[in-house]
Order: sequence, then C-alpha cells, then structure tokens
Amino acid sequence: MNWKRITSSSLFLPLLALFALLLFNVIFVDGFLSIQMTDDGRLYGRLIDILNRSSSLIILSLGMTFVIATSGIDISVGAVVAISAAVVCTLIGGRGDGVAEHPMALAILAAVAIGVLCGIWNGFLVARLKIQAVVATLILMTAGRGIAQLLTAGQIITVYYKPFSYISGTIPGNVLPTNIFIAAAMVLLVAFIMKKTSIGLFVQAVGINATASKYAGISVSLVLFVVYAFSGFCAGVSGLIESSLIRAADANNAGLNMEMDAILAVALGGTLLSGGKFYIGGSVIGAITIQTLTTTMYALGIASDQLPVIKAIAVVILCLIQSKKCQALVASWKDNRHGGNPGKAVEKA
Amino acid sequence: MKLKKMMNAAVASRYFSFFITAFLFLVLYGVGMMNFHGFTRPQVFFNLFIDNATLIIVTVGITFTLLIGGIDLSVGAVVALACMILAYLLEYTAVPVAAAVLLVLVFGIAFGALQGYIITKFDMQPFIITLAGMFFCRGMTAVISRDTISITNPFYVSIASARISVFGLGFVSIGAVMALLVLLIAAVVLGFTRFGRTIYAIGGSESSAALMGLPVFRTKVLVYTINGFCAALGGVAYSWIMLSGYTLHALGMEMDAIASSVIGGTLLTGGVAFLPGTLFGVLIQGVILTFITFQGTLSAWWTKIVIGALLCVFIVMQAIITERKSKLSSKSSLENRL
Repeated sequence: MNWKRITSSSLFLPLLALFALLLFNVIFVDGFLSIQMTDDGRLYGRLIDILNRSSSLIILSLGMTFVIATSGIDISVGAVVAISAAVVCTLIGGRGDGVAEHPMALAILAAVAIGVLCGIWNGFLVARLKIQAVVATLILMTAGRGIAQLLTAGQIITVYYKPFSYISGTIPGNVLPTNIFIAAAMVLLVAFIMKKTSIGLFVQAVGINATASKYAGISVSLVLFVVYAFSGFCAGVSGLIESSLIRAADANNAGLNMEMDAILAVALGGTLLSGGKFYIGGSVIGAITIQTLTTTMYALGIASDQLPVIKAIAVVILCLIQSKKCQALVASWKDNRHGGNPGKAVEKA
Repeated sequence: MKLKKMMNAAVASRYFSFFITAFLFLVLYGVGMMNFHGFTRPQVFFNLFIDNATLIIVTVGITFTLLIGGIDLSVGAVVALACMILAYLLEYTAVPVAAAVLLVLVFGIAFGALQGYIITKFDMQPFIITLAGMFFCRGMTAVISRDTISITNPFYVSIASARISVFGLGFVSIGAVMALLVLLIAAVVLGFTRFGRTIYAIGGSESSAALMGLPVFRTKVLVYTINGFCAALGGVAYSWIMLSGYTLHALGMEMDAIASSVIGGTLLTGGVAFLPGTLFGVLIQGVILTFITFQGTLSAWWTKIVIGALLCVFIVMQAIITERKSKLSSKSSLENRL
C-alpha cells in the first residue's frame, strides 16, 4: 500500500527518470559528481553546469505549466526567446571596446517587456478572439523568428560588454551562476503565489471545464490572458539567460526546439496535457531531467540536430502513459491475462 | 436595408472566404502588373505553380486534417525527410528511381497512419503527437546526414527539369501538373464521395457522426494517412525543385500550409473547407514572394512576417464571422464562445 502511494505520487516519474540518468552519468562519465572551486572562487563541475544550463528551461516550463493547465499550449516560446535575445543584444550593442550603447538595466527591462508583449498578443488571440491555442501561438512561432531577424538585421550580434555575461555567469565574489538564483527566485515566487492565492485553483478549473468555470463566476478570458502573458514573461527572461550564455543574439538558433523541451518537462512533471491539475515542482524536476538528458546525449556524441528524435519518442511515450484510454487498455489486458472480471477495467477508466 | 440583407447573406455564404481570397489574389496580381513590367508575362503566372507545387500538395493534405478539426504540424519535417531519403537512396545506393520514390511514398503513408492511429486510438490531442512527429522527422533527417546531399542521378534530374508547354504561352513542370492533379482528385473525393461527406460530418460534430453510425475511427486514421501521403508526395515534388536533401529544407512549411488553407476559407474548428479556395491561398503567398523577388531590396524574412500577419488577419476575420453567425442563428452564445 505504501509502495503504491509512492509510485502514484506526481513526483515519482520525473524523480525516477532523473535518478536513472544521474546514475548512468555517474557510472559512465568520469568525475561527474566532483565539484571544484576555481581560483577566483567559483564552484565548477558538471552538476553545476547542468543546473546552469537548465535554468532557462525551468523558467520556460513554469510558464508552460500554467498554459497547459488551462488545456492550452504555447508553441511560440522558442521564437519569443529569440526575440528577447535580439532585443537585449541590439540595445546593449556589439561594440568591440566593451562599452554598452544603452544601460544594461534598460536593455533587460526592454527584453522582458517584449516577452510580456508577445504573451499579451497570444493571450489576446486565445482569450479574446477564442482562437485555438496551438494556431494562435503558431503565428508567433514562425513570424517571431522573422521579427528577431529584422531586429538584428540578419546578423549575429556579439556583445562584448562584460556585465552582460554575469546574467548566466557568476558575478565576481559569488560562488554560483546568477541564472540559478533567477530560476530559484521565480520558482519560489510562483510557489508562494500558489500557496497564498487561489489563482492556481482558477487555472485548474478553466482547464478542467471552461464552461462550468464560467458559470461558477470565474472570468475565463482573464485567466487565459494572464496565463499567456506570464508564459511570455517567462520566455522573455529565458531569452536574457540564453543570450547571456553565449553572449550573442542568434535569431535562427536562440531558443531553437525549446518549446518541445518545455512541453516535455511539463509532461514529465505529471501535468496532464489535456489540462487540469498541474504540478509546479514536477515541471521543475522535469526541466532538470531534460537538461540532464541533453547533456548526457551530447556526452555520448549525439549531435544537437539529431537529439529531437529521442525527445520526440519520449514525448509520445509519456503521452501514452498519461492517456486514460491507454491505461484502460492495459488494465483490461491485465485482467484478461489473469482471468479476472473485465468489469474492473471499466471501473478504473 | 436591402443592401444590408445582401451583405449578411454574402457573409453567411459558405463561399464568402473563397470570394475574398480570389478577389485579393486578383488585386495583388493587378498591383504587381502595374508596378513591375515583368509581371505581365504569362510565365510569371505559371511560375507560381512551378514554385509552389509542393505547397499545393501539402496544403491539400493538411486541409483534410483541418477538416476533421485536427491539425498536422509534422508536414514540413516529413517533406525534408522525404527529400533526404530520396537523396540518400539515389546517391549512395543502387536503388532505381521508381523504387526510391515508391519507398518514400510508402514511408509517408505509414508515418501518417501511425500518427493517425495514435491520435485516434488513444484520444490524444493531434498537435502534441504531430509536434513530436515534426521533431522526430527533423531529427531523423539529421541522423541520415547532417550535410547537404545533392541529387545527381541523370534520370532524376531530367524528370526534375522536364518542362511541359502550355498553349505556347509558357511552360510548367511535372511537379506543377502533379499538384493540380492532386488538388482535383482531392476536391472530387471531398465533394462527391461517401468518404468525403463523412469527413465533413466528423468535422461538423464528431459525436453526431458517431451516433449516425459513420465509421469515425477508420475515417480519422485515413485522413491522417492521406495527409502523410500528401506530405511525402510534396517531398518528392520539393526534391525536384531543390535536387538535394538537407536538414533545414521546408522549415516552417506547416505554417505556410495552414496559412494557405485558412486563407482559402478552411475553418480551424473543422467542418468547413473549400479546396479551390486553398489553391488561391497558396497562390496569394506565391504572389507575395514574387513581389519580394521583383522588389529586390526586401529581405527574405519579410515573407515570414507578412504570411504571419496575413494568417492572423484571416483567422481574426473567421473568428468575427463565426461569432456573428452564431448570433444570427440565436444559439446559446456561451457554448460558441468557449
């Protein structure tokens, strides 16, 4: 009974996957667990690297969790990451002498603001005009990269301004990269809001049955609007981190395939893709798991453009596991094999 | 008062979107003729079909999925994978051309059927499965080769460069003829066969169709199979234009195809589509591309932005029309709003 409670916990699957991946790494990658201190007082090691790289994905999956919980989807996040990266890099400028053309604070604000703006646009299409989420966000998914290229004039802008690299690097005197703190702060903030307000309940209600929620007095369009705006905000912050990581804005490759990673993280975290109940903690663990998977695959010599094959298969399998019909089929198959009464399977479904 | 009534009747007509699209195409083409001398040559018009043969075929396929209220995001990646398989087979193996093409088409059918089966059998959202399908195919393209493979097979190149004269006014490619054939067959199937009417019925209301005793499961899987076949066939046509396989071929084509279909009057909620309209949807995009080429100073990324904007305008128009219609038919407006 106790065992069943553990396995049915929402965190069981992501934690199991993460544990298996880590175990694999510990066995096959030398010095995977070792964390060293560099001379200038930074912590260094593969685990820190994974955390560093997964921070932008964690933030993206936060936004995506809410969108999916309302039974929507936001496939434009990758493109919004590219737009935000383009904005921050264009504003700071690619001057070789390392001087910023505009103050960094302004550039950061502008990048996050443009992310929110994109989110508001998606929210307007979904909440006000009642367009299916996947089509509404598809517009920005394709047009977004065009906009990012327009901003950077088709060039890759490399930023030499030193403080810009602190966003995804370490501020002198700190032991950990800044973006880990940013991700942690956002997770805590969301957890706090979930604990103290009923927004989470509203989101869940809209995801389970929008019509019923409307009759119950919830402003469905407002909830949808806020959820997409928040997803845009998360994508904007992710864009900052991604561009700071490579100190450049690459309109074609910034945030490429990240929408898939974010969806995968949310699905792995136990949130049903059909909406309803959602798990913030699961999504965070899911995001770290995905990043560990990516790092492991790179270590095995799989190229970045071949990686989607594995992730696509993972998504389909995860969806199948979640699917009620599939569970019912498996249950009836089990009952048949044991010669039990088939009525049980129907009950479960 | 009479005018208003006529307007209302026109807006409520099934072919309203079609008329707007055809009108928009003529206006765009007229503007092009006035601004650029080269636009008046008949060959420019035929080039629209040559350059967009793939898009026409893919759009026909995706219209089937949109009709049943589904969607397929994997078509662009399937086109790329089809090109890559063809290029690999023709360059590195001794497989004859006909067998290679056949193999690609069988792959398309199998992939479409698999997607359709998973979506229908397990009751999954189509976009999530086909999004996974898109990533799978793009990834597989990179698995076969990360570099460009050029097709140099002489027979294949001769097919690709064959030109058919049209009344001495100009010429079209085999791909363009194939595209128009596919469009014609699809229009006949949708309009005049039991299978086609079943698709419309499922798009209108799946549960009603099931209660009427229509074969919902079989039809839905078949629709995705047809779509997979069209995507693979589009890939063959694409390889005639590009004569190569590359991981980034047809990037974002799913968006172009959905845009064409929507501009041509397909409702994304399912149940409404008119194939001749989708042809004009493709042609409008082709004209915009030709504009940008003739202009010479505009960059390629403007295409994406313009098409995104165009798609947006048409979707918004649809949303407004649907809302108006539901108000006119005095249904419970809440049901339609959610």
